[in-house]
Amino acid sequence: MKFFIPKDTTALALGAESVAMALQAAGAEPVRNGSRGMFWLEPLLEVETDLGRIGFGPVSSKDVPGILDALKAEPSSHNLYLGPVNEISFLSSQQRLTYARAGVGDPVCLDNYQTLNGFKGLKNALSFTGQQIVDQVKDSGLRGRGGAAFPAGIKWQTVLDCESEQKYIVCNADEGDSGTFADRLVMESDPYQLIEGMCIAGLAVGATQGYIYLRSEYPVAHKLLNIAIDRALEANFLGDNIQGSGKTFHLEVRLGAGAYICGEETSLLESLEGKRGMVRAKPPLPAIEGLFGKPTVVNNVLTLAAISSILEQGAEVYQNFGMGRSRGTLAIQLAGNIKRGGLIELAFGVTLREVVEDYGQGTYSGRPIRAIQVGGPLGAFLPESQWDTPMDYEAFAAINAMIGHGGIVVFDDTADMAAQARFAMEFCVLESCGKCTPCRIGSVRGVEVIDRIVANEDRDNNLILLHDLCDTMELGSLCAMGGMTPFPVRSALTHFKSDFTGQGRGDN
Amino acid sequence: METGAQNTADISHLVTQFKAVPGGLLPLLHAIQAELGYVPDSVVPSIATGLNLSRAEVHGVISFYHDFKTHPVGRNTVQICRAEACQSMGSRSLEAHAKETLGIDYHQTTADGSITLQEVFCLGNCACSPSVRINNDVFARVDQDRFDELVANIRGEVEIK
Repeated sequence: MKFFIPKDTTALALGAESVAMALQAAGAEPVRNGSRGMFWLEPLLEVETDLGRIGFGPVSSKDVPGILDALKAEPSSHNLYLGPVNEISFLSSQQRLTYARAGVGDPVCLDNYQTLNGFKGLKNALSFTGQQIVDQVKDSGLRGRGGAAFPAGIKWQTVLDCESEQKYIVCNADEGDSGTFADRLVMESDPYQLIEGMCIAGLAVGATQGYIYLRSEYPVAHKLLNIAIDRALEANFLGDNIQGSGKTFHLEVRLGAGAYICGEETSLLESLEGKRGMVRAKPPLPAIEGLFGKPTVVNNVLTLAAISSILEQGAEVYQNFGMGRSRGTLAIQLAGNIKRGGLIELAFGVTLREVVEDYGQGTYSGRPIRAIQVGGPLGAFLPESQWDTPMDYEAFAAINAMIGHGGIVVFDDTADMAAQARFAMEFCVLESCGKCTPCRIGSVRGVEVIDRIVANEDRDNNLILLHDLCDTMELGSLCAMGGMTPFPVRSALTHFKSDFTGQGRGDN
Repeated sequence: METGAQNTADISHLVTQFKAVPGGLLPLLHAIQAELGYVPDSVVPSIATGLNLSRAEVHGVISFYHDFKTHPVGRNTVQICRAEACQSMGSRSLEAHAKETLGIDYHQTTADGSITLQEVFCLGNCACSPSVRINNDVFARVDQDRFDELVANIRGEVEIK
């Protein structure tokens, strides 16, 4: 019997290490796999048996002897028995492309990755010209998964068309939005997929150096990425003369330093150059003048990870998922006050209600859901009347909301939405790079105005002032930090006004 | 203001290691902090000279990023996540509890030097909030009792699993 216990951040945070030690003490050496993203079941102990991979969860170290006993007799007799892992409906109903390998084996085992179709996309790419690779990406309809949803193929074409002796591929792994962990899960459960995608990107546009800009809040991902890069280099999937092709691509992880704004691509580039993470004005686009002034592809982890499956399976397979102009799959991250939180990869088009009710099974506290914030700290708070919106970039834009990086944070009916609106402004105070006035000063004034509204100081005029301030920030800020902080504020004001005025809790 | 320890901090081997690295200032600052626990003011001139920057530029970078500390910190760093997912699961009351029981505010160190308390915005553990990071370990579903247990553990008062 083979045992699997994950080593990703969430499983470790819930005690996976002590479960592994208990298994070792009992003479069962477990494989330390990645998580499948069913975080409500972590630590999820999987066992390879004649029946396939069966699961137990959430497991603590004291459950281990009982589980080992049950395995000798009748596994299903144990109260943590979950049945075959692939048949757990949370997982079996998903459409996993990017996360197909997540949790299956040791994330840094090269043999495991290659057994599960790893590096096939890269091998295909090595036989194509740069333009052929870019055409595949264009045909797939892949849009940037970081939040802005810009077509990836068009960005790549711009970089390919630039004449330069040096170009760069930069992976934005500064996943700072609360409620998101999709990038982390790729890096901790399937890091070679990202490495492969970046290498393909380098071949496509003619870049020989790549950087993964990783946030310092992810120490586990940092460790695993470095191990994976070393092994990929050793096996010649990175470095010089990749697989005898004569092509070169070097890759390095660079650590951020706790600045949310460095998730904004131009701020990230400044930071990579060793400077303060001050946002740059655009144009010039990073694709033309990016890192160290050279043409640079800046893509999110999920965008680059998707590249390997597009090059492996072909653009049509990817294009066949989704709706409208949102093609492929979306990595939905269900978080906050939710019973069953985790990673849900589905084609675009599922409604928010289906996600929180069917997958999430309601709140962790058992109380009614009051508001759902989608798209991180710059995303709107949605009241129940908007939960039937399909998760598609355009449908969300139509209700002044955004899908962003796909994070969903659920709040129960104890949430104070005026406090959440105040927090949105406060967060902007703390994290603004300070370059433009509407963001730097507007956020400070925003906190003050909300405080006056809640304290009922000249409330009507201050409400007008707050809307006016939101207009200024939205229209006058250089980037999305100041430009979108008004989204959560306005949505709280529009849909949960009574929280600001203390007039009962009737939502409007 | 500077202590003797600051004045004697020798980082020349690190400057040598990173001075030719493109965009090497952040990796250098991380390396200095890993070695000394913080980035003392006294090392700024040698960083500036080594990387051919002005002292103002180096200072500007150090002060921009939340991670870089310019003063000594406690033996352990405890970070409480203040981001939305953790708020939805009660991190606001956890913050208040932590400040009260430790007797310090954010960015301060307990009198025994064991703990520096910090805020953090998202540890990527949002499906099992509230989250706390102690040094390089993240902990999930941290309520007040669990917090007290973790603190007692790092102070060596109790062993926990």
